[in-house]
Amino acid sequence: MKSLTLRTCALLALLSLGACSTTPPAEPQASYPEPVFAIDRIVPADAVDITSVYDPWEGMNKRIYNFNYHFDQWVFLPVVRGWQAVVPRPARRGVHNFFENFRDVRTMANSILQASPRKFFQSTGRVLVNSTIGLFGVIDVATSMGMPKPDEDFGQTLGHWGVGTGPYLVLPLLGPSNVRDGVGLYPDLVLQNYIQDDLLAQPVRATTFLFDSIDTRENTSFRYYETGSAFEYQTVRWLYSTKRELDVEK
Amino acid sequence: MEDYGYPITDRFVATILGTPEGYEADLPKDIPFKKRWINIFPERHLPDLIWYGQEMIYAEVLQDRPAPLIFLIAGTGAASNGAKNYNMARAFYKAGFHVISIASPTFPNFVSAASRTGVVGHAERDAEDIYRVMEMIWKKLDGEIEATSFNLTGYSLGGFNSAYVAKLDEERKSFNFRRVLLINPPVSLYNSISLLDRMVENIPGGEDNFDQFFNRLVEGFSKVYKDQDDIGGDFLYQAYKAMDLKDEELAALIGVSFRLSSASMVFTSDVMTDFGYVKPKGLVLDRYADLTRYNQVTNRLGFTDYYHDFFYPYYKADYPDMTRDEFISAISLRGIADYLRNSPKITVMHNENDIILEPGEIEFFNEVFGERATIYPFGGHCGNINYRDNVAHMVATFTEGAN
Repeated sequence: MKSLTLRTCALLALLSLGACSTTPPAEPQASYPEPVFAIDRIVPADAVDITSVYDPWEGMNKRIYNFNYHFDQWVFLPVVRGWQAVVPRPARRGVHNFFENFRDVRTMANSILQASPRKFFQSTGRVLVNSTIGLFGVIDVATSMGMPKPDEDFGQTLGHWGVGTGPYLVLPLLGPSNVRDGVGLYPDLVLQNYIQDDLLAQPVRATTFLFDSIDTRENTSFRYYETGSAFEYQTVRWLYSTKRELDVEK
Repeated sequence: MEDYGYPITDRFVATILGTPEGYEADLPKDIPFKKRWINIFPERHLPDLIWYGQEMIYAEVLQDRPAPLIFLIAGTGAASNGAKNYNMARAFYKAGFHVISIASPTFPNFVSAASRTGVVGHAERDAEDIYRVMEMIWKKLDGEIEATSFNLTGYSLGGFNSAYVAKLDEERKSFNFRRVLLINPPVSLYNSISLLDRMVENIPGGEDNFDQFFNRLVEGFSKVYKDQDDIGGDFLYQAYKAMDLKDEELAALIGVSFRLSSASMVFTSDVMTDFGYVKPKGLVLDRYADLTRYNQVTNRLGFTDYYHDFFYPYYKADYPDMTRDEFISAISLRGIADYLRNSPKITVMHNENDIILEPGEIEFFNEVFGERATIYPFGGHCGNINYRDNVAHMVATFTEGAN
């Protein structure tokens, strides 16, 4: 498993070279007057930053972060607004539940891989109820019945078996991630495609990727740069990493 | 006031937990609360590092018929769509008001987009910035909606700002506010900020043990998070119970969160003005620059450091007759006490055990506002702002006597 991560790192590092002309050297050529609170005077050289996350590709990541903002502004969010304007709320709810039902299937598969009977039975119960009484997942009956909804993906499965996260990674369109979770998206996608190919009629199948994306963006409240803080990037990085760490342990 | 039913009597616990489930006002779940953008200084060119801060973000929820309008001003470091302003918007929208919500002048986006100088925390100058924003927003809306009256409220620093904005309105008369409500405002801004800054000293073992303290908090949250299948509304309450924090630790937590929000504000000001506070003057950072070290240094500085070593030196030339202490202590409601005393339209809602007031400072409100001050026996700092009696009080302040 470890070599897998390493190889992926190497691959991504290679890919990143093209996109990433690194930030100009921070060391100023000219000497600047010392600020009122100079870093070297206030922060001890050996100070550990507890919110730090391994992020060797920060320059590239910040560029993708920036790209994602612009994609949001010009494409993603306008499409979401159009969707909201055209499709009434109950119908959007149904679409959302429909895709969530597939996410429960993903959790089922990963619960098996993690050898977790509890999560497996919980997610299987949900899928059975929602796919039948819930009319192919359109109505979330399971939640109304108070059935817990565990959420497992392949990134967590890798983490469960001790695979480290690798470097932090901001994915185009998808946002905060890391090498392990990024790699984990692929098996989950393969599984989902396999099931959807099997279950859905062709005209519906052809549109699922699009509507899944719109639905996901609609239900993600995060907006790039809206905290206004210059430290947003590292705050988000720390929050994402901490949350994922806990999700793996959960 | 004896039968006041807000359930948390501890001032720190109230401040952190707010209003527990079951005690909140009954408000609509979904309101059409929309974010909006407005370009206050179109001619402004921001440094690349904070390029995204050109337009000011605010939020509004409007009635589809003529209605009274209320402006909300958020507290220190808070956005226009922060939890407290959002909840107030729900209450006032339900009561039939147009609501326009504005971030605190200390919110980084306000600093870069709406502050004339980029250095905030000055009572009159902040009021002018806020007033300009209000006028420009209203100019956009005028004709689209009809406002039967203009009103104003804000909590914490936003309450303090509201008092000065109300006073400015007496000269400018763009709105002629009908009613103004100050919720948990400081009296002297510097006193309150000093109190909050000093709370960090409560970290067990002192500030040097910040890391251990922080880790303990994260662990506490983690444990609750891992044990729960869903994060319910009482997550914070459960985390609090699980961690069993002492009063000093709660105070430290408040101090830390205050410090983090001021760090973002101060760094934005420093980058905008090239003052040379933590960033060397003249050094240009682009939007991809590594800011780790700057974050570390700003997290180690307090709001009081900002007042002494940035704010005062920055404005000193404009106020040659004032010493540093005079200048800083002038940022107080005491400076406009006469105006407040003689303005029947301004009322106050406060708590006896608010943590941002020095001992005895609460008396200022009884003295100056008399009958117009309502002091609840507890609630800490804004902890009871969503409690049903307080929400009813808030709304009644603006609906009473309205036609």
